[in-house]
Amino acid sequence: MSEATEASVRAEVRAWLEANWSPEYGLVQWRNKLIDSGWGVPTWPTDWYGRALPIGLEAVVEEEFRRVGAVGVAKTGIRRLAAATLLAHGTPAQKERFLRRSLTGEDTWCQLFSEPGSGSDLAGAMTRAEFKGNRWVINGQKVWTTSAHHADWGLLLARTDWDVPKHQGLTYFVIDMHQPSVQVHPLRQMNGHASFNQVFFTDAEVPPENMVAGIGKGWAVATTTLMHERRGADGISRWGAPSTRQGRIYDEERAENATVMEPYTWYPQRAGRVDLILPRARETGAIADPAVRQEIAKVLTLAKTAEWTARRARAAQVQGRPQGPEGSLGKLIGSHVSRAAAAVHTSISGADAMLSGSDGPHDGTIAEILISFPANSIAGGTDEIQRNIISERVLGMPKEPRTDNDRPFRDVPKNVVT
Amino acid sequence: MQFSFTNEQEEFRSVLRRFFEDRSPPTVIRRLMETEAGWEREAWRALNQDLGIGAVHIPETYGGQGFSFVELGIVLEEMGRALVCAPYFATTALAATAILNAGTEAQKRELLPAIGTGETVATLAFTEPNGRWDASGIGLTATEANGRWRLEGAKSFVLDGHTADLIVVLARRPGSQGTDGLSFFTVRGEAAGLTRRPLKVLDPTRKQALLTFAGVEADLLGEEGAAAAPFARTMMQAAVCLANENAGGAERLRESALEYANLRVQFGRTIASFQSMKHKQADMLVDVELAKSAAYYAASAAAEDDPELPAIASLAKACTSEAYMQTAIHTVQIHGGIGFTWDNDTHLWFKRAKSSEVFLGTPAWHREKMMQVWEAA
Repeated sequence: MSEATEASVRAEVRAWLEANWSPEYGLVQWRNKLIDSGWGVPTWPTDWYGRALPIGLEAVVEEEFRRVGAVGVAKTGIRRLAAATLLAHGTPAQKERFLRRSLTGEDTWCQLFSEPGSGSDLAGAMTRAEFKGNRWVINGQKVWTTSAHHADWGLLLARTDWDVPKHQGLTYFVIDMHQPSVQVHPLRQMNGHASFNQVFFTDAEVPPENMVAGIGKGWAVATTTLMHERRGADGISRWGAPSTRQGRIYDEERAENATVMEPYTWYPQRAGRVDLILPRARETGAIADPAVRQEIAKVLTLAKTAEWTARRARAAQVQGRPQGPEGSLGKLIGSHVSRAAAAVHTSISGADAMLSGSDGPHDGTIAEILISFPANSIAGGTDEIQRNIISERVLGMPKEPRTDNDRPFRDVPKNVVT
Repeated sequence: MQFSFTNEQEEFRSVLRRFFEDRSPPTVIRRLMETEAGWEREAWRALNQDLGIGAVHIPETYGGQGFSFVELGIVLEEMGRALVCAPYFATTALAATAILNAGTEAQKRELLPAIGTGETVATLAFTEPNGRWDASGIGLTATEANGRWRLEGAKSFVLDGHTADLIVVLARRPGSQGTDGLSFFTVRGEAAGLTRRPLKVLDPTRKQALLTFAGVEADLLGEEGAAAAPFARTMMQAAVCLANENAGGAERLRESALEYANLRVQFGRTIASFQSMKHKQADMLVDVELAKSAAYYAASAAAEDDPELPAIASLAKACTSEAYMQTAIHTVQIHGGIGFTWDNDTHLWFKRAKSSEVFLGTPAWHREKMMQVWEAA
């Protein structure tokens, strides 16, 4: 491809959409067309459904899609992490088999990394994969698995060697979730939702062609998946209100997103609902209480400075400057915001803060804040792990002493899981 | 709104940082803080001649550099970082800003050029011994007789009030109340009837004075009875300036605490290797980065005269003051016993943090001001 500029890309995608887009397509039919054109994943290589555009021009393509209301490839959910991981590490046969159906949305995926015995310490996974006869046999348990109950495929991190240090004994697999030896049970959280699952493997099977990257290479592959997750490639954080457009393809897209996003309905509450603080304070009259006013001002200050800090990080990125410390703090600051917001919602609600569901303020939304915020300082890296990362990688302080990296995993102390 | 500095602004910052590191090391701070004036005219002149910072936000029409509050914020951040002993906040951030907001065209042309060059050291006398930071605290009166104004009353907490050549004074018409009847005046430092007593201050790196006016002859600045709005505006802009100074001081302390933790060995390892220390340093980084975001956003809002400035200025003042103070407390703690000694430099910044927490209004007072804006929105 000749030198792509913003103007040339914009003109090209606009012309293609004019000639091809129609809301009367079926979702899968349209996405296949998109994938063939290269406009579905324009930054991917030309060999694999893309146009090898620089990352910076992706926004231009998205803008043109939005302008005419054209639907894109499946953008939300673990399938995007799966696609990005397999694009980087998969064999041509694996790419052939999995990429297209992930982009069309025909296949859904889940991520099988965390275990009851390894949360922050993912590389301590103990789910076992053994090669027996002509297949891998899987035994063990995974947890915190979003969408496992309707996933077609799972990204599985399992231990294949117990006699080498922990990171070297892991292997990455694609596992078929539709087999009786894979049992999925919902995991009920303290806020009553069951957004995640526990997954049990009892002699579950994986054919050798579904191993990704090679025996003992699992940690590197998992790191790729996690990197895409941290960058928000699953699209969860960007997800806004569903479109209200009319047409067959929009109906199908809405149905798809409703399924993918169903586990996340409480996520805004988990973040503290800062947007509700002032309206609620006016509503209850707490806005006249000087002590509550101070608390409100503190939370709003925290939320605003958090947003400005994120914008400073983005501005530096756009300018191509090396990222300053402001770019690494968002996760930890987000925990502070949600915790403080939940506290002030309590002060604002008074006795009503004890009520939930249809008896609670805003039909239970406030109650959901009060019992969901603790997830924010745990999921995706606990506050404590974040502080380790910040102090070690940003501030250059000494790393935590390790006793588990230089000996066979077999000899490393482990949790007793019952 | 500007979320990053331009290359020119970054270059400006690094010039300032090098200059202040060179001219205002702790030995110089310690020498000047023991003097009654707290600063030296020769060094002040050099500062203005070499850097031109006295005129940074004064428009070119009045002999200034014509930059905005973003550049002024950079100067103050770097000054706060180096704890420069100079009458800069009084002269440029307070007095020049008040004259820009309140003065007539002729007065700006007359007064600002000499302030910009550093020739005139100026200050703003607004707060009185009652310690209130808004118009409600103003009791000093101005009366006119035979075309001459005379001031009667007292001003306190006046930055560099005992050394300033020119004092901008906020006064009220006898019998007026609140925001009514307020006017600005200018008074020469040596005016007859003016008694200036340096106060014993907690932060010796920035001096304050008690000024007593006994029938002091004064020149009206701007329009009689119309100072409420320019005063309120000056206070917002000054809060933004102080927020940037706070951010600079806080970052300097954070860095010194980290440096010390990396050097200090206990139990056979650096204290930086303890997880409790790493987590504290991570939290300090969060505090300081949030404070910087607030200070920079506020400077940008002041530069653009954003309609939300009243809330944002107070937010920045409250947020940066608390971050500065918290960082100072952590920094003493991290240094351990040595951190509580006079010989260790931490207390110099600690005292500035404490003094600036109160100056222009406490964090709680500013939060209440924020709420008054937001509850109406």
